[in-house]
Amino acid sequence: MKAERGITSKAALWALATACAGILATGTGAAHGIAGKRFFPATLATDDPFVADELSLPTIASQKTSASGEEPATRETGFSVDVSKRVTDNLGIGFGATYKVLQLEGGPTQRGFDNLAASVKYKFYQSDECETILSAGVDWDIGGSGSRRVGAESFSTLTPALFFGKGFGDLPDPMTLLRPFAVTGLIGLGIPTRSGTTLVSDEGDISVERHPHTLQWGFAVEYSVPYLQSSVRDVGLREPFNQMIPVVEFAMSTALDRGASGTAGTVNPGVIWAGRYAQLAVEVVIPVNNRSGNRVGWIAQLHFFLDDIFPTTIGRPIFGR
Amino acid sequence: MRTWLMLLTAACAPLIALPVGAHAFLDHAMPAVGSTVHVSPAQVKLWFSQELEPAFSTAQVSDSTGKRIDQGDARIDGTLLTVSVPPLAPGRYRVSWRVLSVDTHATAGDFSFDVAR
Repeated sequence: MKAERGITSKAALWALATACAGILATGTGAAHGIAGKRFFPATLATDDPFVADELSLPTIASQKTSASGEEPATRETGFSVDVSKRVTDNLGIGFGATYKVLQLEGGPTQRGFDNLAASVKYKFYQSDECETILSAGVDWDIGGSGSRRVGAESFSTLTPALFFGKGFGDLPDPMTLLRPFAVTGLIGLGIPTRSGTTLVSDEGDISVERHPHTLQWGFAVEYSVPYLQSSVRDVGLREPFNQMIPVVEFAMSTALDRGASGTAGTVNPGVIWAGRYAQLAVEVVIPVNNRSGNRVGWIAQLHFFLDDIFPTTIGRPIFGR
Repeated sequence: MRTWLMLLTAACAPLIALPVGAHAFLDHAMPAVGSTVHVSPAQVKLWFSQELEPAFSTAQVSDSTGKRIDQGDARIDGTLLTVSVPPLAPGRYRVSWRVLSVDTHATAGDFSFDVAR
């Protein structure tokens, strides 16, 4: 039975690969996330500052945690879809959903959707000359919309945030080889709509789980080979290497109050391959401390540029040009 | 898992069937980006990742003082943009381009090359 399921999954994977090949095997070039001559790819662990028409389908993340106390070792795998849509050139909305699978070692497997997410983002500054972009937005983790079996919270969390992106194409001549570097990132405040949740154990013991405000912060450092080849020096790299963007992401959360403190997060080195209509990305997920986990995981994403795939229909802003 | 993969396949399939376009980015150039040439080129050639809209695509070449020195005859042939230059003295030259792909996405960029004796 297990083997049969494996074969079917392989067939489905081949079908998926074939279906997507036309989108991916399209050679050079890229799409949204452009400031001047800089193309910023979509990042996986930290939201980028761009307002764009894009679809991440899927993002797959997997990480195993070691056993701790009465908690068994667990492998958590998430399958996510995220879609962003421009309302105007500078205002966008987004929605996201994640299906989680929790495989408890020696125990049952739990499956279900995590809370749905919605967001709005406004780009209020862009300098093409300085390859700089700034935007502000709010993310809404919709409490109670997911399954408690996989740990979805019953309360919502609102996260207003500032997003930034900066390319270093304006570095002086002696530093030309550093010009392909760029950084994107965000800083936000996670505001839970409930300060705590009362828990009652099977034995009737009552406890209160407190939900602190959190500082959500992170950034991505990337080195764009396409930028190197088209603006600094053609070093002769050809496909697929001329479309690769090595990246290291830092995704952090710092508890601020309600008896909690400390920072948790991950450092994710990886590589993004950007084509004309889609990008592929793979990153290793490394916890920064014990609070963040104790095993290395991975995350992979297939991301479509809807503004390039459907330039005259759903890839355009709802209002405006 | 199987259900997810089937859904993904279904989601990807229509993306192939539809006509698509994209931003035009510089794929390569002659003289090459950041290169040093020892013979003055008669033309600067730029190859892009997308077909270009001739009426809204152009390139300029300027010398190290910022003075424009190309012959103002930029022309498009599909993905190729060509502009003529006079015999170039040794020095650094900057090529600036601004193009519109056929699906109306605008992009711009620049690079330099050196002419040496």
